[in-house]
Amino acid sequence: MCAICGCGGGDHAHSHGVGDHSHALATPPYASSDHSHAPSIEFGAGLAAVHIPGWSPARTIRIERAILSKNDAIAEINRLRLRAADVFALNFVSSPGSGKTSLLVRTITDILSRRPIAVIEGDQQTSLDADRIRRAGAPAVQLNTGNGCHLDAHMVAQSLDELSLIPGSLLFIENVGNLVCPAAFDLGEAHKVVVLSVTEGEDKPFKYPNMFAAADLMLLNKTDLLPHVEFDMQACAEAARRVNPTIDILPVSARTGAGLGAFYDWIEARRLSHSTAPPGIEPLDRRMSP
Amino acid sequence: MSMLESIIESVETEHRKRPFGRVRMIRLTLGALAAAEAESLRFCFAIIAEGSVAEGARLDIDTVRGEGWCADCAASVALTERYAPCPVCGGARLRLTAGDELQLTEIEVE
Repeated sequence: MCAICGCGGGDHAHSHGVGDHSHALATPPYASSDHSHAPSIEFGAGLAAVHIPGWSPARTIRIERAILSKNDAIAEINRLRLRAADVFALNFVSSPGSGKTSLLVRTITDILSRRPIAVIEGDQQTSLDADRIRRAGAPAVQLNTGNGCHLDAHMVAQSLDELSLIPGSLLFIENVGNLVCPAAFDLGEAHKVVVLSVTEGEDKPFKYPNMFAAADLMLLNKTDLLPHVEFDMQACAEAARRVNPTIDILPVSARTGAGLGAFYDWIEARRLSHSTAPPGIEPLDRRMSP
Repeated sequence: MSMLESIIESVETEHRKRPFGRVRMIRLTLGALAAAEAESLRFCFAIIAEGSVAEGARLDIDTVRGEGWCADCAASVALTERYAPCPVCGGARLRLTAGDELQLTEIEVE
């Protein structure tokens, strides 16, 4: 019997061609010698000669890998490399326009005579910021991310090749102005420093909690403008401590220099505890942050 | 974007280890409180995957709800926000136990 149309088969010859009707299945077991079937796609050509709709030979590969594991691995290498070279790295994060570059320029001007400083400048494009840093007297590498919204550990690793890492020096990494993505990318820094200016809202720590949770220091910049803006310093500090109970908070003005002495002391104190801490042990909260 | 690039890089690494044909599906485990949004991952995926071994693959995202252990309640509590106090007792002694996953779980290949 013809397995396709159910006819008796052997006692008559017929065609399953265009004029008659056509079958998709036409593998040898079904096509008897006196049948002629139109060319067809062999769905049932597998071992069992069956076709299950929606199924075809495919396999599943288990991977179970943290998506950011590669970045984190490179960041760890950067951290070990900086540590071995006795370089203390800070990753400065903020929204655009908070005054990060002005703050770094001022810091370089004030303390470069005491301690060598190098800077990695991250921006979408232009080398304007690196030019400002170089004019202040520190070597700078400009990293342009193109369409990227943050720096990653690999970019920083490449920049480290460009810089001469002087023992006892500071490395300032100015991240792309963005309060969201840079929080998730460890670069190998000792600490993240979040800069918030008083011309922004004091509720920013609530709106962008990941960043404030990932940072160890919050600098409240542009305090010279406080008389002109409605900014509640106390409310801002409380908001920051709600998302990160251990964050240090320092009010500063990069323009007038107010409060910067405390910031320089913070750097020295943290540099000391960082270089004397046993390697490979990071604060638990950093490990758990996204 | 870099997260998607990192996912595709992992798939390509796997491809070099044991060559396969087309990638049909990529499954991610994504915590509701992780630093990535399922919708934007889906939105960008096709563009990033273009020209790679993962081109044309379907992106399946398993979402894990946020959960924390509150030391004051001595209980697991459901969390909808990160870094917020315990939604039951208002205490701050809260540890995130689930919801920050960001993992490439498996791929289905031909």
